[in-house]
Amino acid sequence: MNAKPELKDATVAVGKALAHDSAARHVTGTALYVDDLPEPVGLVHVAPGLSPKARGRIDKLDLAAVRKAPGVIAVLTAHDIPGPNECSPSIGGDPIIADGVVEFHGQVLFAVVAETRDQARRATRLAKVDIDEEAPLVTVEQGLAAGAQVLDPYEFRRGDPAEAIGKARHTVSGAMLVGGQEHFYLEGQISMALPGEGGEMRIIASTQHPSEVQHLVARMLGRPDAMVVCECRRMGGGFGGKESQAGQWACLAALAAHVTGRPAKMRLDRDDDMIATGKRHDFLIEWRAAHDGKGVLDAVDVTFAGRCGYSADLSLGVNDRTMFHADNAYFYPQVRIHSKRVKTNTVSNTAFRGFGGPQGMVFAERLMDQIAARLGVDPLEIRKRNFYRKGRDITPYGMRVEDNILKDVVGQLARTCDYAARRAKVADFNASSRFLRKGIALNPVKFGISFTLIHLNQAGALVHVYTDGSIQVNHGGTEMGQGLYMKVAQVVAETFGVDISRVRITATATDKVPNTTPTAASSGSDLNGMAAREAAVQIRGRMAELAARLWQGDARKVRFAGGKVIVGGREIDFAEVAKKCFLERVQLSASGFYATPKITWDRANVSGRPFLYFAYGAACSEVTIDTLTGEMRIDRVDILHDVGSSLNPAIDIGQIEGGFVQGAGWLTSEELVFDGNGRLTTHAPSTYKIPTAFDVPADFKVELWQSKGNREATIYRSKAVGEPPLMLATSVHSAIFHAVASLKPGAVPQLDAPATPEAILRAIDSVR
Amino acid sequence: MAPRTRNRLTFLRNGRRVEEAAVDPNETLLDYLRLRERANGTKEGCNEGDCGACTVALGAVRDGRLAYEPVNACIRLLGTVDGCDVITVDDLAEDGRLHPVQQAMVDFHGSQCGFCTPGIVMTLFALYHAGIRPDRQTVNDWLAGNLCRCTGYRPIAEAALAAVTGKPKDALSQRRARTVLAVAEMRDGADLFIGSARRFFAAPATTAALAALYARHPDAVLVGGATDVGLWITKQLRDLPKIIHTGRAAGFADVVETSAAVRIGGGATYAQAWDALAGIDPDVAEVLRRLGSRQVRASGTVGGNIANGSPIGDTPPMLIALGAELELLKGTARRTLALENFFLAYGRQDRGQGELVSAVTVPRLAPGQHFRAYKISKRFDQDISALLGAFRLTVERGRIREARIAFGGMAATPKRAPATETALAGLALSDPSTWAPAMEALERDYRPISDMRASAGYRMTVARNLLTKALHEIATGSDGDSRLVGRRGAWETAR
Repeated sequence: MNAKPELKDATVAVGKALAHDSAARHVTGTALYVDDLPEPVGLVHVAPGLSPKARGRIDKLDLAAVRKAPGVIAVLTAHDIPGPNECSPSIGGDPIIADGVVEFHGQVLFAVVAETRDQARRATRLAKVDIDEEAPLVTVEQGLAAGAQVLDPYEFRRGDPAEAIGKARHTVSGAMLVGGQEHFYLEGQISMALPGEGGEMRIIASTQHPSEVQHLVARMLGRPDAMVVCECRRMGGGFGGKESQAGQWACLAALAAHVTGRPAKMRLDRDDDMIATGKRHDFLIEWRAAHDGKGVLDAVDVTFAGRCGYSADLSLGVNDRTMFHADNAYFYPQVRIHSKRVKTNTVSNTAFRGFGGPQGMVFAERLMDQIAARLGVDPLEIRKRNFYRKGRDITPYGMRVEDNILKDVVGQLARTCDYAARRAKVADFNASSRFLRKGIALNPVKFGISFTLIHLNQAGALVHVYTDGSIQVNHGGTEMGQGLYMKVAQVVAETFGVDISRVRITATATDKVPNTTPTAASSGSDLNGMAAREAAVQIRGRMAELAARLWQGDARKVRFAGGKVIVGGREIDFAEVAKKCFLERVQLSASGFYATPKITWDRANVSGRPFLYFAYGAACSEVTIDTLTGEMRIDRVDILHDVGSSLNPAIDIGQIEGGFVQGAGWLTSEELVFDGNGRLTTHAPSTYKIPTAFDVPADFKVELWQSKGNREATIYRSKAVGEPPLMLATSVHSAIFHAVASLKPGAVPQLDAPATPEAILRAIDSVR
Repeated sequence: MAPRTRNRLTFLRNGRRVEEAAVDPNETLLDYLRLRERANGTKEGCNEGDCGACTVALGAVRDGRLAYEPVNACIRLLGTVDGCDVITVDDLAEDGRLHPVQQAMVDFHGSQCGFCTPGIVMTLFALYHAGIRPDRQTVNDWLAGNLCRCTGYRPIAEAALAAVTGKPKDALSQRRARTVLAVAEMRDGADLFIGSARRFFAAPATTAALAALYARHPDAVLVGGATDVGLWITKQLRDLPKIIHTGRAAGFADVVETSAAVRIGGGATYAQAWDALAGIDPDVAEVLRRLGSRQVRASGTVGGNIANGSPIGDTPPMLIALGAELELLKGTARRTLALENFFLAYGRQDRGQGELVSAVTVPRLAPGQHFRAYKISKRFDQDISALLGAFRLTVERGRIREARIAFGGMAATPKRAPATETALAGLALSDPSTWAPAMEALERDYRPISDMRASAGYRMTVARNLLTKALHEIATGSDGDSRLVGRRGAWETAR
């Protein structure tokens, strides 16, 4: 079916399991993060003063003692902002510094600028704040009851599911809570602002979206974009938490630099970071569905109420993506997917790996588990019966699923992980075990690749070849650990047929490649790899032309391989050709650009093709629970995941494993707890528990699907890998469900997420 | 003659002697490294000792042997490294050649964003020098205090298994003899006192000097490894003008084992007390394994865990159930009391002005005594208990003659369960139908609260269930059907 990708050269770099570009620097502590850069003379430090209340009018903000504190140079308030007091990535409503009212506990009320970071932090505690407090809306239910929303509801509908379900003989209904998630990037939010001449400002930030930081700072200062540069060499983790959320801290650093005329650094303390920055949306999901008695769905009617927090931020796209993935891998003949974007007086929730998709998939998988439990059938059988296939291949948003490989992927994984035999063993164990129960589940993932905001699907790159044959590459994507820089460097090396060591990776900067889009939606290598290749191909074409002229060959037949340029039977060093280009006045620099083809999305009319393709995978997880305490162990995990033709299998496997473990953490031990006053009480790693090494089973196998390549003409026929594997972790939640359900055949456990020991014990109670 | 008092901090920095006259009592080791040395390899992740990004290796001579332990530099007070060898990630590669643990981390793709990596490298470096060839579980235990958000840990664990052979061969091992000598040279027997009578960091060299100094400055804060006090500084931003460190006082950390009991000196870290306490019962070992992390156990002390009076400390309920006796010292005056009587109310202990916890004596189990302890938390490793139940049952001819039960997380202090203990007396282990009154009695003993770790209802239910579990396990002599982690047999095999 798939022709050998036409882009394929003699492989020297692409497809190799090369180490992360900074691996040696990571392990020696010499990879520089923003806080590690040499501090410029005169650097000042900024620390935020956070609101002690969740909602109300600011009656008094007495900062006299703050101003008098040791080392304090300035105290920034909303009145110091020359331009608009706004750092929203979308429709507005995110003040950089609260002005008049507060809308969540932890909102920035002011910022202290001091000689040292310690002085700045200490001074923030001296403020006297009076807030005329109103009762905050904290939970989704409270927001719903108050009719509070940040955006209008949105809906996909096909047929008349309500009628179908009303008439059906076999129906299920249910509700579940799916919790949010803290990103817990190991490097907290940080920005350094360096004021330049004539009003220029350079921002060095830990951000997934340098262009947005540039635009926000420029707007805040009332200056043209061209006077502001944002640069990011690497982040110590992002996971979506530095897509829009990096902006505010960059603005505050820039404001401090603007007010004092000195370079300024703002690094959030971990607790402040967890309190004051957005997280994954939590959801209340309610549904009804009808099936044919054998578990094949006729109709699904589901409502997602997402807690967006106090402002819109990226909630439109996030909640849309929840809807786009409410089907996961399953065909819903008649369907209504309704989405409410609930406003609460909590921090504004934001992008997080999967961008709403995981919550939609948790629903789809629960629906399968629920029907299976009711019917007493293997849930994998129910899943397979509902898979998209020919004639049943139109999604609830009207796009045809053309590239479905799940039947094969799931079939192969079920064989290699010995699913059927192990399921029987689990049943045996459960029949004889007094306090422990086991569960096993094999869940698929189908994840749509492309930004659903179509204009974001573009990228630029800049490639320079120097006369010594070394190559520099720059592009709009940012490096947050996912190995994007390495993958793009491999693409460039491949294109020139040179060793990867010739390619120098440089920091993402808005003055090198402008008007970039966020590194998000798993799109980094798809977009930037293509743009970089396009730039490299331009230069290669010019080099080939010159080589053909100088060494009497046919330009179309010149090849680049093994560090040589092969022309008319001769092999010339790449560097020699580069030098000749300079002497012959041939340009050795090019910018490349890529815009994803084929995609269209008309949101108002719910029509089009929002995704270029889907990424697929499947995971089988086996767990044991303790029915006395609700504790849970993951015993074994097997994953088979589709990355198309891998650009770098080592990096891809790292993304799969890491994504899975992050997803498992989200669905088990990671619990965000807000008290009745809207205060987050789990704002540090002492109380918010991401997985440790012990939580990952020793028996953890990950295989890449032996793909013939992406059927779409992506970069070297690879597939995006950043987000999809996170959702493989629904298998852990389903396995826990299975373990609990074993206590009472036919019963449907009320298992919410995260499945903490307490939630598991509650689920056990629900079936007893 | 060695001087009685020294007013300079003396330590080794990767084997090189360093002296610092200016040491603020609240200065952390991490701030020293990053802000004074400008050695930026070591990262700050959480600033509270929970993520491990700031891990450095601290070498000290213990029982005549030079040993390196990973510690969290972010909450470790600079003054407490006196006499130690401080090694950071900046020090490992030599002439551009990566250290074996660094090379393995590269080879196995053990880093992604790289921010946790320096801390992980240092934990693995300490493991590399531990002289063992670890299995996966041991690697997990060592890594429990290092959070990685990118990799999912598998490649890190594989790097550890590949690089750590039990036979260290690196620059550190080559200069070992020199380091031992240099560390010995620093042990001058002098009391360390830096600062003035109003603001100081002090680390007396003897228990007598420690007790005397604290009696003179009862307003000072006593610090063992600062795994709790460190957060008062980094998170609450409290200014603690007078710090007295217990870690240098000769004999204060001594652990003495007799056939009848184990005596843990007030300055002994969890790591130092581990073997003796673990020898009492495998469940003690399992709780210690899950207490904090390798880093926390290398710094934190059993005495500190008792003295700070936390309702959720992990050692007090176990030690209470075991019938431990606490020893307090004020100046030269010693007194003892049953450990459970030390905890008066939330935040209040029976400790007078200038009085310090000098030792805890833990009786071994007598014949017929059975011990069980269960720690319940959202995450198995390095988490604070939602509740911890500890049970010591004395069984005679199948009947419970005496029960000692204590819980953490169920009241404002670690607390015994008198009503339950009474209800259990005389019950037959073979007849579960008679256990119900004891379960009900727990509700008379405890009235737990709801917080971010668990609800009151969950705590109460699980307390009952843990009693069921303990009775079931003791009655059947088996835990194969009742435990996800920490099977007793596993420990017995391991030891």
